[in-house]
Order: sequence, then C-alpha cells, then structure tokens
Amino acid sequence: MSEVLVVVDHVDGAVKKPTYELLTIAKRLGEPSAVYIGPADKASEVTDKVKKYGAEKVYVVDDAQLKGYLVAPKAEALAQLVEKASPAAILIPSSAEGKEIGGRLSIKLQSGLITDAVDVQPGDGGAPVTTQSVFAGNFTVQAKVTQGTPIITVKPNSAAPEESEGAGAVEEFTPTISDTAKTAQIVAAQPRQATGRPELTEAAIVVSGGRGTGGNFEPIEALADALGAAVGASRAAVDSGWMPHTFQVGQTGKTVSPQLYVANGISGAIQHRAGMQTSKTIVAVNKDEEAPMFELVDFGVVGDLHTVLPAATEEINKRKG
Amino acid sequence: MNIVVCVKYVPDATADRQFESDNTVDRVGVDGLLSELDEYGVEQSLQIKEKAGDDTTVTALCVGPEKALDAVRKALQMGADKGVHVIDDAIAGSDAAATSLVLAKAIEKIGAETPVDLVVGGLASTDAGMSVVPAMLAERLGLPQVTLASVVEFQGDQVRIKRDGDTATEVIGGTMPLVLSVTDQSGEARYPSFKGIMAAKKKPLETWSLSDLGVEADQVGLAAAWTEVVDTAARPPRTAGEIVKDEDGSGATALAEFLASKKFI
Ligand SMILES: Cc1cc2nc3c(=O)[nH]c(=O)nc-3n(C[C@H](O)[C@H](O)[C@H](O)COP(=O)(O)OP(=O)(O)OC[C@H]3O[C@@H](n4cnc5c(N)ncnc54)[C@H](O)[C@@H]3O)c2cc1C
Ligand SMILES: Nc1ncnc2c1ncn2[C@@H]1O[C@H](COP(=O)(O)O)[C@@H](O)[C@H]1O
Repeated sequence: MSEVLVVVDHVDGAVKKPTYELLTIAKRLGEPSAVYIGPADKASEVTDKVKKYGAEKVYVVDDAQLKGYLVAPKAEALAQLVEKASPAAILIPSSAEGKEIGGRLSIKLQSGLITDAVDVQPGDGGAPVTTQSVFAGNFTVQAKVTQGTPIITVKPNSAAPEESEGAGAVEEFTPTISDTAKTAQIVAAQPRQATGRPELTEAAIVVSGGRGTGGNFEPIEALADALGAAVGASRAAVDSGWMPHTFQVGQTGKTVSPQLYVANGISGAIQHRAGMQTSKTIVAVNKDEEAPMFELVDFGVVGDLHTVLPAATEEINKRKG
Repeated sequence: MNIVVCVKYVPDATADRQFESDNTVDRVGVDGLLSELDEYGVEQSLQIKEKAGDDTTVTALCVGPEKALDAVRKALQMGADKGVHVIDDAIAGSDAAATSLVLAKAIEKIGAETPVDLVVGGLASTDAGMSVVPAMLAERLGLPQVTLASVVEFQGDQVRIKRDGDTATEVIGGTMPLVLSVTDQSGEARYPSFKGIMAAKKKPLETWSLSDLGVEADQVGLAAAWTEVVDTAARPPRTAGEIVKDEDGSGATALAEFLASKKFI
C-alpha cells in the first residue's frame, strides 16, 4: 500500500486536533505518514501522539533553516519529500498557510490541488474523491485530482479521529532550501492570546454575536461559557471594533461547521451564511422576525438578545446543577 | 513603479449562482461583477501609486469571458491606468493552476519593456474562493509572496505587511519584485467618481488571446485541468424550524428546553 503524507498541524510541537482527523482520513487511502516540520527537540513528543492515530512513519523536518520565512521553504521541503516517498496523496490542514503551501506545491509537482475538503473517501481504484461546500454552502461538489499526486487541504472537523496504533518509525529528512525560497521574511510575530475557550474552527458549539449586540458581548460570552462553546462574530461586529478579526465567521473570516451554531443579533447576510450554513443545528435570537437568519434555523427566538440570553444562560447553568 | 493588479470577474454572490452541465461555474447566465475582494487589491495599488508618485503605472489584469471586461472597466474607473483583458474560448473551465499560468504569462508580457515590480491580488475570488492563485503566481514567476495583508507599507523597494495568521499576527517583509495579496481588512475601497468614470473611457485597454501570450490551447481549459469536479448538487433546503416569540421570559425557557432536548446541555 502506498504512503499518504499528512502535514502535522501544530504550534511549536503541540499537535492540534485536525492532525488526528487527517491521519484518520489518510488511513482510508493508504498508509499514513506524518510529516512534522518543526523544532527537532519536540519530535519524539509529536511521534508519540501521531502514532496513536495510525502514523506508520514520521518524517521529521527540523525547521531551524525554514522558520522565519513565509510558506515557500515548507513547500520546497514537501516537494522534495514527495519525490522521495512517491505518496498516493498529500493531506494538508486547510488553514491560510496550508492552502498557500498547497498552491506552491501544486505548481512545483505539476499536480492537482483541491482546497477546503470537508470529506475525503477512496473512489474507483482507491484514488481520493473529495467533498466540498461551495457558493456560500448552497452547493455540495465532489472532485478528484486527475494529474500528478493529489494535494488536498482538509478543513477541521472533517472526520472523527479514530485511534489505531501505528509503527511511528521516525525518519529524519533534510531538505535543500533555495535562496529564492527565503525572500519573504517574518520580521516579527505576536502569538495569539489564548482565550481559554475552544478554537473557533474546531469547536463543537459556536455562539456568535452581530451588530445586534450593540457592542456588548457579555451575554454572548456568558452563554458560550455555559455551553462550553467558542465565540464568533459577524463582520459588522468586527468592523465596529467590538471583536478582533480572528473571531469573524463568514466568507472573509472563518468557516465553521459545528454541531450547534447560535447566532445572536445577526441578520444572516449571504457572506455570513457562507461561514456557518453547514452547521448541524442552527439557533438564532433576533428581535426582527423577518431576519433572513430565521430561514436557516432549527430553533429561533424573536426577542431582544439582551434579555433572552442572560435568562437562558441562567436557566442552562441551573439545569447543569 | 510598475504594478499589475489581478482582478477577477465573478458571478454575483447575491444572485442565484449555478453550475453548467459540465460542472463548471455558470459565468454567462448569472450576472457578474468585479469580485468585491479584488476591489481591495485595486485600492491598495492606487494608494501605493499615490505615495510613490506619478511615474507609477497600475495595470488591471483580468482573465475571463467577454463580460469580464466589466471588471477591468470598474478597475479603470476606480483609477487604474491601463487594462488588459485576456480572453480565449480555450480558457473556459480552467482550474486555478491553468489560470495562474495565463496570468503569469500576461504579467511577463506586461513587464516586457518595464519590469513589473508588484503583482497584487485579492484574498480569494468570491466564487471558487481557493485563495491560492497569488501563491501559484509567486511560484511560477519565481517571486517572493507577501500575502494576506491587512496593512501594507512600503519604502523604496521594501514592502512590509501585517498578516493576521491563524496562530499569530505577523509582520512580513520582502524586496520588490514580489507578489502581494490583501484582505478586506486592508481598508475600504473607493467608489468610482463621475470624473473617474469619464476618464476610464479614454484609458488604454488591450485584449489578448492565448496566442499573444505563447500559451497553447491544450495547456488550459477544462480538458487540461489537473482536477475534475465529478458531481454538483444543490444543498437540500433546511426544513423549517420552530420559531417562538419571547414574551415575559418565555423565549429563554423555550431556548434552554430546546438545547436540552438536543443534548447540548
Ligand atoms: C465581500 C464581502 C465579504 C463579507 N464577508 C463577511 C464575513 O466573512 N462575515 C460576515 O459576517 N459578514 C461579511 N460580510 C458582510 C455582510 O454582508 C453583512 O453586512 C454582515 O454579515 C452583517 O452583520 P450583522 O448581521 O451583525 O449586522 P446587521 O445586518 O446590521 O444585522 C443586525 C441584526 O441584529 C438584530 N438586532 C438588533 N438589535 C437586536 C437585539 N437587541 N436583540 C436581538 N437582535 C437584534 C437586527 O434585527 C438585525 O437582524 C461581507 C460582505 C462583503 C461585501
Ligand atoms: N481569472 C482571474 N483573472 C484575474 N485575477 C484572478 C483570476 N483568478 C484569480 N485571480 C486573482 O487571484 C486571487 C485569488 O483567487 P483564488 O485563488 O481563485 O481565490 C483573486 O483575488 C485575484 O486577485
């Protein structure tokens, strides 16, 4: 069986959940090989984690000579690894960085690229067939790569991680990085502050607020905490400076697909829907019964969020006991 | 400075977007426009020109069908100096890789006399929305990519941007020539003024086909795509949900009740 490369999603060696989802998908397509590009001294820690989810091999690429630059060196390293391993496919987390790595890799390898897959299954002859949600979630398309090594970026929450012990054989890989790949430099970086809440794109529940909050996100945050949810925002709330852009849900923000999405004081413009329409259950609180958001909901409350949310939060906390 | 801004013509997101029987995006039956996210690229290009001085040229470049000329026109009305529209029947159905090939060849042609210093793109096209064409262009042109900027600054040939990454906010620096892409956080795009609309009518506008670029017809289009859409299906409409009116706190109780019934509590 051929290897399937999985690019490990991590921050400084701390492996993130989408990695396990990608390994689970890789197992459907062949033999999962994790590709860890990061500090070498965290490699054994990473190996322990990824082999629990089926990684037969772990390629360790020490990032000492790659870090400090934008995506080009990572794309070079991966291209060289693909040439060496001839994998059946390469799976990359569908982040902004992941997609750009995919773009460069696609041209280097003359191979087809599919972005933002929400599902990947083996098709005829085992080649991957992807599912994507397009046109603001109004259409579902299935696609496949017809040339070269399939390069697929996969969104968070696209598979339930399945534990299965892999061999986890470590192989160090040292790429040759060209000078042209080192031309866009990261001059400074400020890590994002932890909110203590689940990450927006990975959360099972998202509670969002829009212009209707009037800038007061306290009721949103309190409900989110009662439900163990992440907090999201509409662009109107972000543009007003009430929430940072990283909280924005929608076409130009994050796409989320949680079990439950609670939209409060959000009208439901197409660009907002684009980021949340595929949520399993949708709830809205809005004082305008004509708000387009109500077309999407499983449950809606026509009312003022400033009274409904605190009362509902209290009730939820009471029920939790 | 020689700036090329890539602008895409896309079906209107607020219209009823559809696919053709061959699973390509319907680009003719649905009203289109300059992708809103590319207006930000035009805006930043114009701001750079305003700071750099009058010997700067901003060329708006679009690859697309006949109506895509509207996208180039809009960029000219906003203030771009020149327009280039690449149109060829063979391009229909191209994927991102093929589109980036045509764009790269057109950029090379635009830079034949005066080399291009800056290639500007948007965050994503509002139809396919892959956010990969600028990275692909950088790869094809052998240039640095300084992408997804929310703030753009430059001094001489040095460019610095702020990028709101997934795990950190970063400052990225590069030396021109390079590929820049900007997000919708980079600042409101200007509306064409009446004067701008009149002036646009007299601006140079070129139409190129594949043969002008030295690209063979079999390198692009649906048949040459490296990916294939095998199926498209409209998402089934959501079944109408239950909507209650809040009266004296009844909404909160009903909401908690609903969440409990779905085991979210
Ligand atoms: C290219 C482009 C990209 C975009 N990308 C995004 C994106 O990524 N994400 C995004 O969200 N938007 C995006 N937008 C903007 C989008 O079109 C809408 O303008 C935006 O989503 C509106 O935000 P909103 O629903 O919070 O505000 P509004 O549309 O103003 O709605 C506010 C709602 O709050 C309700 N309300 C007011 N007070 C209360 C109260 N006390 N209690 C309960 N309800 C109340 C009102 O009835 C109303 O329905 C984009 C637009 C463009 C052109
Ligand atoms: N056909 C096209 N013509 C001109 N520019 C394009 C075209 N396709 C993509 N681009 C540019 O590439 C950016 C990203 O597009 P995409 O990768 O399709 O999301 C857009 O914002 C445009 O700047």
